[in-house]
Amino acid sequence: MIEIRELNKTFHLENSDVEAVRDLSLTIDDGVIYGVIGSSGAGKSTLVRCLNLLEIPDSGTIRIDGVGEIELRNGKPWLNGKRMTAREQNNMRRGIGMIFQHFNLLDRCTVFENVAYPLQHTGRSRKQIEKRVCELLTLVGLEDKTNVYPSQLSGGQKQRVAIARALAAEPRILLSDEATSALDPEATEAILSLLQAVNRQLGVTIVLITHEMAVIKSIADRVAVMENGRVVEEGTVYDIFADPQKEITRKFVSTSSLLGKLDKLLEENAELIRVKPGEMLVRLMFRKDCVGEHLLTTAARKYGFDLNIILANSEYLHGSPIGGMVGIISGEQDHIEEGLEFLRQNHVSAEVIRDGRTDAAGHAESVPVS
Amino acid sequence: MEELMQQVTPNLYLYRDKFYKSCLATVEMFWKAGLIAGVIGLMLGILLVITKKDGIAPKPAVYQTTNLIINVFRSVPFIILLIFLIPLTRAVVGTAINVKGAILPLVFGTVPFYSRQVEVALSGVDPGKVEAARSMGSGTAGLIFRVYLREAVPDLIRVTTVTAISLIGLTTMAGAVGAGGIGSFAINYGQNQNHPDIVNVCVIVLLIVTFVLQSLGNGLSRRTTNRGLLPRRHSAKEKGGQV
Ligand SMILES: Nc1ncnc2c1ncn2[C@@H]1O[C@H](COP(=O)(O)OP(=O)(O)OP(=O)(O)O)[C@@H](O)[C@H]1O
Ligand SMILES: [Mg+2]
Repeated sequence: MIEIRELNKTFHLENSDVEAVRDLSLTIDDGVIYGVIGSSGAGKSTLVRCLNLLEIPDSGTIRIDGVGEIELRNGKPWLNGKRMTAREQNNMRRGIGMIFQHFNLLDRCTVFENVAYPLQHTGRSRKQIEKRVCELLTLVGLEDKTNVYPSQLSGGQKQRVAIARALAAEPRILLSDEATSALDPEATEAILSLLQAVNRQLGVTIVLITHEMAVIKSIADRVAVMENGRVVEEGTVYDIFADPQKEITRKFVSTSSLLGKLDKLLEENAELIRVKPGEMLVRLMFRKDCVGEHLLTTAARKYGFDLNIILANSEYLHGSPIGGMVGIISGEQDHIEEGLEFLRQNHVSAEVIRDGRTDAAGHAESVPVS
Repeated sequence: MEELMQQVTPNLYLYRDKFYKSCLATVEMFWKAGLIAGVIGLMLGILLVITKKDGIAPKPAVYQTTNLIINVFRSVPFIILLIFLIPLTRAVVGTAINVKGAILPLVFGTVPFYSRQVEVALSGVDPGKVEAARSMGSGTAGLIFRVYLREAVPDLIRVTTVTAISLIGLTTMAGAVGAGGIGSFAINYGQNQNHPDIVNVCVIVLLIVTFVLQSLGNGLSRRTTNRGLLPRRHSAKEKGGQV
């Protein structure tokens, strides 16, 4: 388990201070893939770099199973009540693997030498090192690239080498800072499956930094949303997707769903989403406790309204369905009201975005109800 | 060969023993001063890179002091430095003339330039690589030897070549204050005695040496870009297995 308590890190620049991480507390359970998402500059990298003390935080505590409790006193790390030496910091880092956006392989070392890097000068024999490197290269599927130099590899292959290297010293934790951000979609998917395999097969806890919701959606178990150095929202990936609370979270969620197009349509005030008097533009979100029950058709039939679907999206997240749609409801006023009420009672979140009853022209600002 | 020499460059033939001796003196100055300056310059270059503000062991005081000393010595023209250092040279090696007396000024003339060049070469190493190595538990020594010095090899070769060539230039100047060598030979026996063939041959010899050094440097630098110099192979097949 990784327990972060009230972590702070401020960078002092010439004429300003940047509070990269503020009062951040987070608990990451063993064996999970923990996603951290946020916009550029939110402090994600600073946070993970604090976890292995690449960056020394200003204050707070970090408890890591197998390492101990690291407490910051006057900006200096103390381990289990004793001042941490440089050597202890290095040893601690050895127990935490890390991979990067730009791979950071040593260009003048072969694939073998790169993977062997963390093993050398640690008292292991040459035989042991060779054996371990071979195992790792088999794991990441690069047995045939042993003696090749990084410049001869594709981005995806480089990241595989980096993963093998990060796992060489058998860490229990792997930090991944935007590991797929420099890769094409195909390579991204392959690397994500590899990370998932590493997590499942070896039980390595993975802290996954990204600014892409799709990455979180595909492999993370839990996710924390960061903004301005703080965690503003945290939960299981399903909950965050199904019911985002904060504006920033909604923004991220919408980027990975077709429904995200709505914002653009609203911005352009597209023909498609203009409502006539008496009509309503609504967004309906179905969660695992209400999808698949024909709720919508039931409601439409029962209350006699029409729904013109404009955008719809439905998918499975960790085995649970999640869906949403944007459409224009028309029909008799009371019936619409009753129908929406019925849906809400059945746990559908129904949000009225434009209400043709209050603004005949349909130019109204969005009026969120619900 | 000897006949040809006699015909084409009669004056050089006359002084051929002196010429060989001068060449040897230059070679001696070159490798002795080069070796010492190389080691010191490399160390100072490393010191600069690691102690600078965002280096791996920031020590502003050390950095600024080293930086200042290097700048001071770099801004003194070599010919002035030669004269300025005479007392020191006498005190250290007992004489300020001959090859022996030239080594110290040559070192002083080369180290500032070389350490600056080394600093530039090492600064070119991607900070991401240093960070990755740090994340794998490397300490300062590990970072210097396994990352900085290793990854910067092509650039280090390039700057070493440039420095070596400029050192040859300096050795000829050292000749001017009585260190001997090919430079003073060209002046004393060529220019002063009005023997243009001697001057010409000296120029050609220096050109060839420079050219050879430059090609050697370029070749080595290219050969080591994105790969190790000596390929070491490991077999992957022998023992795969579980992780
Ligand atoms: N070494 C540093 N010196 C000064 N400021 C820094 C340093 N590292 C980060 N910062 C600042 O701290 C803030 C958070 O940076 P950080 O790199 O953690 O963001 P991030 O969430 O990882 O962003 P990105 O998605 O762009 O990588 C930024 O404003 C950044 O400019
Ligand atoms: Mg970052």
